[in-house]
Amino acid sequence: MSDLSTTYLGLDLSSPLVAGASPLCEDLGNLRRLEDAGAAAVVLHSLFEEQLAVESAVLDRALSAGTDSHAEAMSYFPDLRSYNLGPEGYLEHIRKAKAALGIPVIASLNGVSSGGWTDYARRMEQAGADALELNVYFIPTDAHLTGAAVEQQYVELVRDVRGAIRIPLAVKIGHQFTAFANMARRLEEAGAGALVLFNRFYQPDLDIEKLEVVSALTLSRPYELLLRLHWVAVLYGRVQADLAVTGGVHAAPDVLKAMMAGANVAMMTSALLQRGIPHLSAVKRELAAWMDEHEYESVHQMRGSLSQRSTANPEAYERANYVRVLSSYALK
Amino acid sequence: MGKQTLTIDGNEAAARVAYQLNEVIAIYPITPSSPMGEWSDQWASEKRPNLWGTIPTVVEMQSEGGAAGALHGSLQTGSLSTTFTSSQGLLLMIPNMYKIAGELTSTVFHVAARSLAAQALSIFGDHSDVMATRATGYALLSSNSIQEVTDLAAIATAATLESRVPFVHFFDGFRTSHEVAKIEALTPEQLRALIDDETVRAHRARALSPDHPVLRGSAQNPDVYFQAREAVNPYYLACPGVVQRVMDRFAKVVGRSYHLFDYVGAPDAERVIVLMGSGAEAAHETVDYLVGKGEKVGMLKVRLFRPFAVRAFVDALPKSVEAIAVLDRTKEPGSAGEPLYQDVLTALAETMSGAEPPFTRFPRVIGGRYGLSSKEFTPAMVKGVFDELAATEPRNHFTVGIEDDVTNTSLRYDPDFSTEDPGTVRALFFGLGADGTVSANKNSIKIIGEGTDNYAQGYFVYDSKKSGTMTTSHLRFGRKPIRSTYLVTRANFVAVHNFTFLERNDLLAPAEPGSAVLLNTPFGPDEVWDRLPKKTQQHIVERRLKLYVIDGLKVAQGAGLGGRISTVMQTCFFAISGVLPKDEAIAAIKHAIEKTFGKRGESVVKKNYAAVDAALAQLHEVKVPAKVTSTFDLQPPVPAEAPEFVQKVTAEIIAGRGDLLPVSALPDDGTYPTATTQWERRNIAVEIPVWDEKICIQCGKCVLVCPHAVIRAKVVDAAAVADAPATFKSAPARWREFKDRKYLLQVAPEDCTGCGLCVEVCPVKNKSEAKLKAINMRPQPPLRETERENWAFFLSLPETDRTVLRPEQVKDVQLFRPLFEFSGACSGCGETPYVKLLSQLFGDRAVVANATGCSSIYGGNLPTTPWAVNAEGRGPAWSNSLFEDNAEFGMGMRLSIDKQAEFARELVRRLAGRIGEGLADGLVAADQSSEAGISAQRARVAQLKTALAGLPDAEARMLESLADVLVRKSVWIVGGDGWAYDIGYGGLDHVLASGRNVNVLVLDTEVYSNTGGQASKATPRGAVAKFAAGGKPSAKKDLTLMAMAYGSVYVARVAMGGDDAQTVRAFLEADAYDGPSLIVAYSHCINHGYDMLYGLAQQDIAVKSGYWPLLRYNPAAAAQGKNPMTLDSKAPSLPLEQYTRSETRYTMLAHSDPDAAKHLAELAQQDVAARWRTYSFMAEMSGPGGNGGNGGSKP
Repeated sequence: MSDLSTTYLGLDLSSPLVAGASPLCEDLGNLRRLEDAGAAAVVLHSLFEEQLAVESAVLDRALSAGTDSHAEAMSYFPDLRSYNLGPEGYLEHIRKAKAALGIPVIASLNGVSSGGWTDYARRMEQAGADALELNVYFIPTDAHLTGAAVEQQYVELVRDVRGAIRIPLAVKIGHQFTAFANMARRLEEAGAGALVLFNRFYQPDLDIEKLEVVSALTLSRPYELLLRLHWVAVLYGRVQADLAVTGGVHAAPDVLKAMMAGANVAMMTSALLQRGIPHLSAVKRELAAWMDEHEYESVHQMRGSLSQRSTANPEAYERANYVRVLSSYALK
Repeated sequence: MGKQTLTIDGNEAAARVAYQLNEVIAIYPITPSSPMGEWSDQWASEKRPNLWGTIPTVVEMQSEGGAAGALHGSLQTGSLSTTFTSSQGLLLMIPNMYKIAGELTSTVFHVAARSLAAQALSIFGDHSDVMATRATGYALLSSNSIQEVTDLAAIATAATLESRVPFVHFFDGFRTSHEVAKIEALTPEQLRALIDDETVRAHRARALSPDHPVLRGSAQNPDVYFQAREAVNPYYLACPGVVQRVMDRFAKVVGRSYHLFDYVGAPDAERVIVLMGSGAEAAHETVDYLVGKGEKVGMLKVRLFRPFAVRAFVDALPKSVEAIAVLDRTKEPGSAGEPLYQDVLTALAETMSGAEPPFTRFPRVIGGRYGLSSKEFTPAMVKGVFDELAATEPRNHFTVGIEDDVTNTSLRYDPDFSTEDPGTVRALFFGLGADGTVSANKNSIKIIGEGTDNYAQGYFVYDSKKSGTMTTSHLRFGRKPIRSTYLVTRANFVAVHNFTFLERNDLLAPAEPGSAVLLNTPFGPDEVWDRLPKKTQQHIVERRLKLYVIDGLKVAQGAGLGGRISTVMQTCFFAISGVLPKDEAIAAIKHAIEKTFGKRGESVVKKNYAAVDAALAQLHEVKVPAKVTSTFDLQPPVPAEAPEFVQKVTAEIIAGRGDLLPVSALPDDGTYPTATTQWERRNIAVEIPVWDEKICIQCGKCVLVCPHAVIRAKVVDAAAVADAPATFKSAPARWREFKDRKYLLQVAPEDCTGCGLCVEVCPVKNKSEAKLKAINMRPQPPLRETERENWAFFLSLPETDRTVLRPEQVKDVQLFRPLFEFSGACSGCGETPYVKLLSQLFGDRAVVANATGCSSIYGGNLPTTPWAVNAEGRGPAWSNSLFEDNAEFGMGMRLSIDKQAEFARELVRRLAGRIGEGLADGLVAADQSSEAGISAQRARVAQLKTALAGLPDAEARMLESLADVLVRKSVWIVGGDGWAYDIGYGGLDHVLASGRNVNVLVLDTEVYSNTGGQASKATPRGAVAKFAAGGKPSAKKDLTLMAMAYGSVYVARVAMGGDDAQTVRAFLEADAYDGPSLIVAYSHCINHGYDMLYGLAQQDIAVKSGYWPLLRYNPAAAAQGKNPMTLDSKAPSLPLEQYTRSETRYTMLAHSDPDAAKHLAELAQQDVAARWRTYSFMAEMSGPGGNGGNGGSKP
């Protein structure tokens, strides 16, 4: 029987199957079910710093509206003792998850301000998280903001958080950098122990009847895996940081591809939201069966076997491949 | 144990003691006592124990009558029990008070004393309510200051337990209940030393228990009732002694000494004033001042008014007294004198004619009234009374503080007389309701009170409108104790937090020479001078005021605080006043911010910190020119074309000079002209809607939803707009029947509140720029002048003829002139669109009975009222009786109108031969079911009047006086859910059962909105409200289903944002139905906790989620063999969570107690499903005639 175990962020995992950050992870019962289904680790849903700020602002506005302006009503709501508006709820969730699960629990933080990042990261560590995934989601709409400045911002954020905690740190980012490989190296230098490839950015849709922009959150599709495979394969060996694939991992072959490209783990999210938690155990079974059938000894053995460094045709990951693909279309 | 000082208001002071010394607290919200119940509820929800270590049970009842009943039961079964109330609430408790006293039961009612509704309601303070209870057998104990509230609340409790006489412990509403002052709190150890546990055990031993059963509440006959009634006498005789003993014990334990009557003044005083309540503090201050000047004057504070201790009273007076003025803060029309005056006279007469007369000569005694409804009572008035006492023939039964030019009761006094201590800092802040000024000032008082050795006092005055209001904060602090229970009229710091206030108000008039003035203004230090009116510049120059400016809004917005400038202004106040060293002040402000906002999240605290840090850099002193240069002056309060009454009376009230109006200026029976809001152009909107006539589809939705009736539509002949002002807009009318005519949509620029509901509801989007609609918000100031002219032109054009319109079409409804306009309701109010619709459809023949609450305040609070008249002078006639009796009040109107109509028809018949048989037949048999029918009947009535004019006999005169009633009248009973579901439900139920043709409109905001969001039985499950801090555990009462159970009541449940056409249909059917009708209208509200801009969208989600199914139940259909029930909305298509997640009333529970929120949300979702099953089953049932169902279709 093949050895499915792997390491990620210094953690020994029983398999490369990790449950990615999603609303599923908000529920302790689901976390238990994920572990039972064979998840080797879980990444909790993200704590959004802006969400805390927005909730605070909304509550403050509602509680302040109309207060002390009319003789008959000094206020409109009772003054409750606590509104749990800080990260306490999330931290408690980490504590409960740690108490309930045997597998590593990776907290996820999605923030905007330097102060927020480091403070919340520290508190997540104190709450018992085994590792932290920093989800950097930034859309630079300011036409005066240069790419270099954005990159520097990323690097500083990672450095700040790294300096604040001792547990391993993963950084989840999008691929839209001019020189992604260089960016990956800089993030590693700043302290990222792993790179999680890639964030999926919301892409708003237009409603032509209502003349409205509608926010559309679509789940990932298998074809999205290809972009991830491409960059994992390129980075494997070029950076020392661990690599994780997230986005497009729907079935066992996807996991295998991720490993062969060079990933330490493959994170499943959309597939579980669509098909339910038991799907994870099916994938794990298939993964083991395929490896047995193809006589792989271990995940370690296959890891990076099709990376750019290891493949017979490294140009497949470069421009030559692009030209060839185009030509193949032309020939059809 | 060290002294604990607190800076709190009177309500909190009373509640702190009452909570510690009781086990059961039964309450009902009423201004100004509501906060006492709210504090208790909050402490109970925080599981704070009482003195004996148990958490008191706090329960909200359906009325004060209910609270008193519950309290009676609780007392009878042995718990230490209390309640808090005021005014009409106390009156509703009177029946139980007789019982509780008759049974010698220990309890204290803490009362924030308030005026009673007579010619008008007033929420403000006087002793009318307390005096109405003086025959009940309760002891009446008066507190004059916040410190005394704390102390006497405890003394009253100890005394009631020892004497068995129940107590009303009262203090002045607002002046004491809402004044914030620095006091010494009572420690638990002090309370323990005061309360004898043996008396508590004795109270329990008297309780009803099946373990030692007794009977109480028997019925007695002539043989024994009298004697039994006299059996209580020993307790009343002993009571004053008990109170004094407790006071003495208190003095020993706490160090503050009280007596039944406390004398202050010269030991050899010749002139003495006797009074009780907060006015005693102003009198005390005045006496100290006058004695210091060598005057032989004094004053007596009455603490225990009942039982009146005659000997203690006369012994407290100095032997030298020659003349006494007794001041009563109440009025008893027709009496020989007010209550305290009468008791004083009785005491003197009894003792002077007794064996040991206390004085060598019977002092001259005069009585007078002062301070009704929180009318100011100042040292100048006190001095006026002393001066009157010095006259050879002092006037009796006088008034002081007003000008009575009708019966000439008022005393003259020198208004410039002042006893203000020069060492006391006096500050005035004029804030905008929404900007947080009062909240910040409450914090400032706490900072000064608790952070320094200064004494501190804060008092706050509010506008009677609910939107765009001005608040005035009166702050005093200094080294000497503050007894100034009157407003600051001589300030050494004046802050104006809204620059537009200066356009109409002379706000710097109270500034003393050399004092500092702080303006929040967008104009910088070099620019601001030229923006000030002449009068303001004059004050600044002549008094050498130091002028500071800051663009507070810019700083607040920069810090992410929006329009809440209070933190910025508070920082500037501390910087300018120098009351604390700068760094210390900033640290204290930040500490207060953390305390106030910490719970709301770090980001809120940080934003406020940022505002503090940014404020001082933006504060500038203005170099004041040597002379006045302004070219403009204060604007008049109302335009010159306003009618005489508005000019003479209303305008004075608007201008803040209502105190100066003489008695003769005011109506003697509470009758006021309607249609006065049109003259009070408040200009409170920052932005107003602007019409894009090119893309407008003329649907009328913006007109329909406008809560303030500031958007109007007309269809006129094209020629009518030929001479329109240059910027006046029109568009070809999109009605088949109005082809070739012009459609007009006009905004009243100076009356709009800028809520934006109209823009939100507009269904049209600009095809080139989708964010634009057919109506868009634009800054008001640049539009004000041109739109004012356009509005005037619009008003000058004729209204569309009602008889050709189809009222069942929303598109046509916009053309009916609203007869409810520019109310002072909250900006974006969810109630007023329904009220306005009522006025449009039926206003010219409607009589409205309005329950007390929001709708009676925005509908009937002076100075201006929104119910209006049409071009013929017709419009809704409106009245408010009480809170609890509104359904009955409205039914009385119906009975009266029906009776008169019946009599009128009888007279028409009797006079038919002389007025013409044809006319008589027409009048009696008129079909008035349509606008055309009503119009025809009006014409017949006019004919009738002409015919009657020629007839000489009495019956003709009688019919003349009744003729108008022959035109069908629509009686509307309007009120909120607090009235309909709770306090007025019994009456409402009876009225609905009566079969009488009344229309009930329930404006359902699901809480007591007017008093600040206390839970009612309309509050939904899972929502947080006051008295439901843990989320309301039970489901909302289904008033519609209960009314449908009669089968004879027209019932509709409507939500304008869910289906406006259904709303209109329901109103028309309710009016048409010849029997009782009930419309329950979803009304979004500030109490729901979201931006009311989205109120209509939220209503839509309420309907789609099945939370608020739309339905109509029409018994008239049953009579035709059809199913009376129609479900007008589809089966729930959204989860309830989609509705609840946008409202703070639900989300705050999700934050504070997620498990409870989840549990209640699940139950609430089940409620939705269960209700839908019930309704759809009813709608699917075959009607009496056997036809199929009506609605309930699947989505």
